[in-house]
Amino acid sequence: MSQRITDIGPPHYSKFLPPIVKENYGKWKYHLIPEPGVLKHVSESGAELYSVRAGAARLITTDFLREVCDVADKFCDGYFRFTSRNNIEFLITDKAKIEPLKKELKERGLPVGGTGHSVTSIIHTQGWVHCHTPAIDASGPVKVVMDDLFEYFGTHKLPAQVRIALACCINMCGAVHCSDIAMCGVHRTVPKIDHDRLRHLCEIPTTIASCPTGAIRPHPDKALKSVTVNEPRCMYCGNCYTMCPALPCFDSEKGGIALLVGGKVSNAKSPPAFSRLAVPYIPNNPPLWPEVVSAIRKILIKYTEGANKWERLGEWIERIGWEKFFEVCDIPFSYQHIDDYKFQAYDTYRTSMHFKF
Amino acid sequence: MSKTPLLDQLESGPWPSFVKDLKRIAAKKPQVQDLLGQLERSYKEKITHWKHGGIVGVLGYGSGIIGRYSDLPDDFPGVEHFHTMRINQPSGWFYTTEALRGLCDIWDRHGSGLLNMHGATGDIIFLGCRTENLEPCFAELTANGWDLGGSGSTFRSPSCCLGPARCEWSCYNTMEACYDITQEMQFDMHRPSYPYKYKIKFSGCPNDCVAAVARADLSVIGVWKDDIRIDQSAVKAYAGGELKPKGGGAHLSKLDVQADVTDLCPTFCMSFDGKTLKIDNKNCNHCMHCINLMPQALRPGTETGATILLGSHAPILEGAQLSWVIQPFMVMESPYDEFKELNARITEWWAEHGKNRERVGELILRVGMREFLEAAELPPVPQTVRIPRANPFFFWQPSDFEAEAKGRKYYTRKGYEVE
Repeated sequence: MSQRITDIGPPHYSKFLPPIVKENYGKWKYHLIPEPGVLKHVSESGAELYSVRAGAARLITTDFLREVCDVADKFCDGYFRFTSRNNIEFLITDKAKIEPLKKELKERGLPVGGTGHSVTSIIHTQGWVHCHTPAIDASGPVKVVMDDLFEYFGTHKLPAQVRIALACCINMCGAVHCSDIAMCGVHRTVPKIDHDRLRHLCEIPTTIASCPTGAIRPHPDKALKSVTVNEPRCMYCGNCYTMCPALPCFDSEKGGIALLVGGKVSNAKSPPAFSRLAVPYIPNNPPLWPEVVSAIRKILIKYTEGANKWERLGEWIERIGWEKFFEVCDIPFSYQHIDDYKFQAYDTYRTSMHFKF
Repeated sequence: MSKTPLLDQLESGPWPSFVKDLKRIAAKKPQVQDLLGQLERSYKEKITHWKHGGIVGVLGYGSGIIGRYSDLPDDFPGVEHFHTMRINQPSGWFYTTEALRGLCDIWDRHGSGLLNMHGATGDIIFLGCRTENLEPCFAELTANGWDLGGSGSTFRSPSCCLGPARCEWSCYNTMEACYDITQEMQFDMHRPSYPYKYKIKFSGCPNDCVAAVARADLSVIGVWKDDIRIDQSAVKAYAGGELKPKGGGAHLSKLDVQADVTDLCPTFCMSFDGKTLKIDNKNCNHCMHCINLMPQALRPGTETGATILLGSHAPILEGAQLSWVIQPFMVMESPYDEFKELNARITEWWAEHGKNRERVGELILRVGMREFLEAAELPPVPQTVRIPRANPFFFWQPSDFEAEAKGRKYYTRKGYEVE
């Protein structure tokens, strides 16, 4: 066998930095957002770097990436980057190239925006394209929600930035649990036990240990070498399925989408916060998920109408109170909204007279 | 008639369409044709058609590849094997077109041509590789200077904001810290030896653009200790409307410095009399609000470093956690020895005491912060908690009485001597 190369790690970033970034590394003085989708960074040296931000699908192809490379060669001397939310940033030093670049991006169907008080790209998971535990697809709902909210991507008209995320199951790959608006795929049925497969595929003690609510027990019929599920205790997390493939909890009719709102990760004004349950269940309705699209639009509109300037969605809700949030958004409050999961539940109950009728 | 009538409905609309992109490459990649077929089936049946896991990998590594097999291999043979490869991204996700075209060439030769730029952890994600192509693809990647990232119960690929490369707020060199620690941890990244996954994310300031506080077991968030730098003439320009709030990124074009900045300061440590902005920096909690609104007038101070927070993860299993402060300030300078030593103490303690599939933050909730702090050799400091406990159920250990007899203020088993 020829000599294998291993454990070299990623290339050093200095190989990929444009000269202006190398020259001004650590010397940036301030930035401006002259128009939606365009950032201008000014260095202590007076150097100016423009970044033109374009939205893209997260699921892309090498054909698409080569196209992006062509654009970067034409306008950016071959330098570009991606943001933490899957946007593409074209880095240019010549201001005169901004308009031609924007024109080219438009022709290629790449929207410019995602800066400041916008709805920027939705971070999301793999869904039916590549995951074995999803309740819903990911790329599809993201596409239809962004189509609907498109006007907010290329503008700064919201009271603050709105970060939307999608997780195709409650594993929540990515920071879905701290987003202004989060879509989360939910299963609502207990695992279907395949006793014949379980005995061959699964280790029974680890399967039992995997259940956070203690709902899984050894099957009373020892000859079966399987398990039982105490159905009322199961909250469909799918953790047992991760340990044991013979316990699928998918259901094509009962699975759906929950919306959680009001989370954030930045420390600006208020501390980082979890997203909280707004809508426990919306039917999983491909290919256009119209109920999800309209529910998100409604929350966004009520937020823009009700929020004070600079208020993030969660800060607006915190100020008006959740009971008012449910009222203005016309969302029915249900048993599912009241936390009953372990140590976090008590902290969410109201222990004061500070509520509104 | 189209074979994908449901997916076809996602080709229109103003947002870029993944269906259009996939269809374009499907002409030369039969496996993508099959992927679209299987996806259409999922759209119709509202259920996934990927089988549970399957262990595949490259020689010598126990991570970086996630096995994926179709449960409809007879109908869609092109996606019978459709494994994921995670390729460790460069710090800050900067690229040259030359480097990315090289990656595209490798991926076109060995896989489906589908990818994510990037996955949630930060890696470049190649979607759809057959088992027999994994090793040749890996060989070509490493020959070109790329390597696999983490998966499973390993040290996952760290990620960082672009920091000093393009941001005036970065309080340490996030890019270099991320690169250095990634290199340091190669063994732990590629050979699963932890109870579960372990992530580090580096954010340059409390705006936390990589969501370190929410999705990294160890969150390294830049902070300053001294005074916010003020350009008073720029403050006046904001007050006068010559400069726009958030550099133009807001829905308003004129800032009311008192109503928008000082009145919204969470600690009320600032005031503006129409001419001069005053900040009582000793009472600033570095939330970034004033700096975000007036980027030309205010900047973080110059005595900078990072706050170290620990414990965040998504809801599996005990419910989601945000990271909490374990060390309020650490100087973050190459070669990052203090950070590496702390990280080693954390991972060693967790590897020894953690149960299978227990994140480090969950272990701390199970055994208590004291156990952790002593193992990590960190003193108890008030910045660690939001509020002290309200119950009287606290423990005393013999070492506390011994230390008390010696007149020490803080006690630990190891005799951490803080007076």
